[in-house]
Amino acid sequence: MDSVGLNHYLFVGAVLFVCGIVCMATKRNAIGVLMGVELVLNGANINFVALSRYTPLGLDGQVSSMFVIVLAAAEAAVALAIALNFYNNHLSIDVDRADDLRG
Amino acid sequence: MTPNVYTATSTTLKWLLGTAWLLPLAGFVIEIFGGYWGGRKTKTAAWIAVGCIATSFVLSLSALLVWRGATAEIREKQATALAEHDAAHGHGHGGEHGHGEHAHAASDHAHGAADHSHAHTNHVHTDHADFNPLRTTFTGEFYRLARFGSVVVSMDYYIDGLTVLMFTMVTLIATCIHVFATGYMAEELTEHYEDHQVHLSGGRHFHRPGRFYRFFAFLSLFCFAMLGLVLAGNVFQVFIFWELVGVCSFFLIGFYVERKSASTAANKAFIMNRVGDFGFLIGLMVVLTYFGTFQFANTSPDEIGSPGLFQMVRDTHGHMVTEGDGREKVVLLQSGGNTPLHSQDGKQRVIPYWLLIVAGLGVFAGCVGKSAQFPLQTWLPDAMEGPTPVSALVHSATMVAAGVYLVGRFYPMFTPEVLLTIAYVGAITAFIGATIAIVVTDIKRVLAYSTISQLGYMMLALGVGGWMAGLFHLITHAFFKSLMFLCSGSVIYGCHHEQDMTKMGGLRKKMPITAYTMLIGVFAIAGYGLPGLPINFSGFYSKDAIIASALTYVSLNPQHFLLFYIPVVTAGITAFYMFRMWFMTFAGTPRDHHVDEHAHESPLPMVAPLCLLAFLAWFCAFRGEDGGLAHQILSSEPTHVRDGLEHGGILGLSLPSHHQIHEKHATAGWVALFAAGLGSLISYLFYCRRTLDAGTIGRQFWVIRDFLIEKWRFDELYDVMFTRPVHVIGAWCQGFDKRVLDGLIHLASHLTLQTAKFDRAVDERLVDRIVNICGEVTYATGRSLKGIQTGRLRQYVMFIALGVVSLFVLVFAFLPRS
Repeated sequence: MDSVGLNHYLFVGAVLFVCGIVCMATKRNAIGVLMGVELVLNGANINFVALSRYTPLGLDGQVSSMFVIVLAAAEAAVALAIALNFYNNHLSIDVDRADDLRG
Repeated sequence: MTPNVYTATSTTLKWLLGTAWLLPLAGFVIEIFGGYWGGRKTKTAAWIAVGCIATSFVLSLSALLVWRGATAEIREKQATALAEHDAAHGHGHGGEHGHGEHAHAASDHAHGAADHSHAHTNHVHTDHADFNPLRTTFTGEFYRLARFGSVVVSMDYYIDGLTVLMFTMVTLIATCIHVFATGYMAEELTEHYEDHQVHLSGGRHFHRPGRFYRFFAFLSLFCFAMLGLVLAGNVFQVFIFWELVGVCSFFLIGFYVERKSASTAANKAFIMNRVGDFGFLIGLMVVLTYFGTFQFANTSPDEIGSPGLFQMVRDTHGHMVTEGDGREKVVLLQSGGNTPLHSQDGKQRVIPYWLLIVAGLGVFAGCVGKSAQFPLQTWLPDAMEGPTPVSALVHSATMVAAGVYLVGRFYPMFTPEVLLTIAYVGAITAFIGATIAIVVTDIKRVLAYSTISQLGYMMLALGVGGWMAGLFHLITHAFFKSLMFLCSGSVIYGCHHEQDMTKMGGLRKKMPITAYTMLIGVFAIAGYGLPGLPINFSGFYSKDAIIASALTYVSLNPQHFLLFYIPVVTAGITAFYMFRMWFMTFAGTPRDHHVDEHAHESPLPMVAPLCLLAFLAWFCAFRGEDGGLAHQILSSEPTHVRDGLEHGGILGLSLPSHHQIHEKHATAGWVALFAAGLGSLISYLFYCRRTLDAGTIGRQFWVIRDFLIEKWRFDELYDVMFTRPVHVIGAWCQGFDKRVLDGLIHLASHLTLQTAKFDRAVDERLVDRIVNICGEVTYATGRSLKGIQTGRLRQYVMFIALGVVSLFVLVFAFLPRS
């Protein structure tokens, strides 16, 4: 078997990204949607890390992915708070019912 | 006088008179505020006012004594020199005419411009400087208000014999009148004063709170202003206080402001005075332009100050030094000594002679207004709308005499032409006033016209060169006229505000003190006395002096004979109307029982001043022109008056010298006495014995009677001359206003309206529509885009994913590969 190359990483990242998108588009549970978001972000992170090898220092992508992870944690906290509030109001976390702002 | 003595005396007099001057002002402030916060039923304000003015009197009297003490030596020297001078002058006088060499005339009447040495060598001369009144004058500055370049506006003082005498006279009379007023104004001591002369609709009378304190506050303010006028050391300061007394007069005439007649009279007095003051201002401008100072004189011995007006215009001999002839005639200004005054570039300073005449006439115009002289005399009778104490103080004894006082004070500045004008104005006024007084039946108005007439007398005296006579009459008249006004006030008070003499009669039994004090006043004004007797009525001496001056003037200038005949005839008329008034009021039988029943003698505070003033009216001119009063006045006489003038000025007028007047004195005395006796006799026959019936005579001469009753138709004349033209011009202006200006304004408003309408249309049709279209488009867009917002999260994610994919597809499909 050939050594693992860039394409492999990009493939895994793409698979993760598509899984995340599908998860977000299909899940009705807000927590599930959040998990989809995490998948998408991590797919992107793999791309960052893999491609950082080709930068002069070799660290740029890794640093960016660190930021994304922090961002994802903050986002998850906010999103969970929204979910809790939504539950308080609607006794459910079904995202399809969150359509108060529809046109 | 040594500089030390001068400074010490000057300081003493300054403080004494300055305090006497400012006390009434302090009184005014206390009364106006205290009265406002205090009750309306207390006489406190009156006692404060009386206290202030009485203290002022004491201070003035001390100042008089201080002044006399300090100047005794100089005056004695002057008297000795005078005796020698008169002796020498008397000798030389006859000879002088023969020689035809008139030393005095040489300077005033330019005897050929080339030979201008104006030598006094061939004249037996004592040093004229000895008689210079400036030697007994103290001048200085209280406070400098402002300095504009070389012009200084300051509060100065000018204290000579006349100033201290006027101070004493004004404060004494004012004290008497204040005391009188505490009784007279007592009915104002109430919260609900009913004014019986103001009729409201429904036959009711006007009610208001009493104004006792306000009356006394204004009296105090007036005293302050009047004393300031007398004390003033420069002519601008005179003008300031001139206006202040004017405004006090305005307040006091309009005291019963709810009466239409009173408010109109106040306005009339104020406005007519403005006419004269306009002339005054012109005079001041000429003075300022050519002399550069307002100060009367600077007499301080130890400092070399700038000379005052009197020192500039005449040298120490009292002569104007002139040069040139006709229109080019100029007066060379002096520097206080007998040296000419030079401007900074070394040129001789001069004033054109005709401008000096303009300045004199201008200042005299102010005096015409203030002293109610022809042609501005009509305000004074109307001013009787004020309470009687006001008429006594302001409109007979002091304020109206201020005009005479100023003419006397400003005398060195007057040229013979101006003096001639003054004399004629005075004569005309005296005659007009006396004739109107014959037919008037209001007791106060008789006295008002009499005042006008007597003021005319004083002006006449000053105009014909009788400086002392004019001011002598000013003082004596102040006493007997204020006495008579207070007596009339007592009558009015006793008869419950009845002023019509035709309803009185026989009052001497009801009010004996008033009647007999008034009789003394009547005798005094008629000028009764025996020449040679030392104790005569004061009016006798002063009128005598005036007639003597007039007679001498006419004998020197025969073409002006009217200046003698008018005062003699007027003297007769004066005696006539004064006795007429007394007979109608106090003698005979009561004409109206209603008035008579209620008549009663006034209380003590009112009759006590009458007695004091009656005493003074009788005896104040004790020993006549040899007495203290006359000598006191004489000490301030300008130097040039003593020797008269021969053919001076442009018209070649002569002014009488003391010596010449003295020669005519006896004749004049008898003439005046004869005229007065005749007048009184006719009056006696008409109104006491009723041998002649006044009504019948009046009907026979109805043209004259009606003419006099209508006051010589001056009011009508002014109506036709000024009021009607103003109305006509006003009507024209109104027409112009209505037709042209209003038309223009209407046109402008019409145009504005049309523009506005157009603007509105544009706004509604265009602007609003554009705005609406914007709004509608935005709204429609929003509405159409609304459907996309489904609110479904998963759908959105799908859209995003599909969008990304399609973007990629597009990028890969259309972006050229490198």
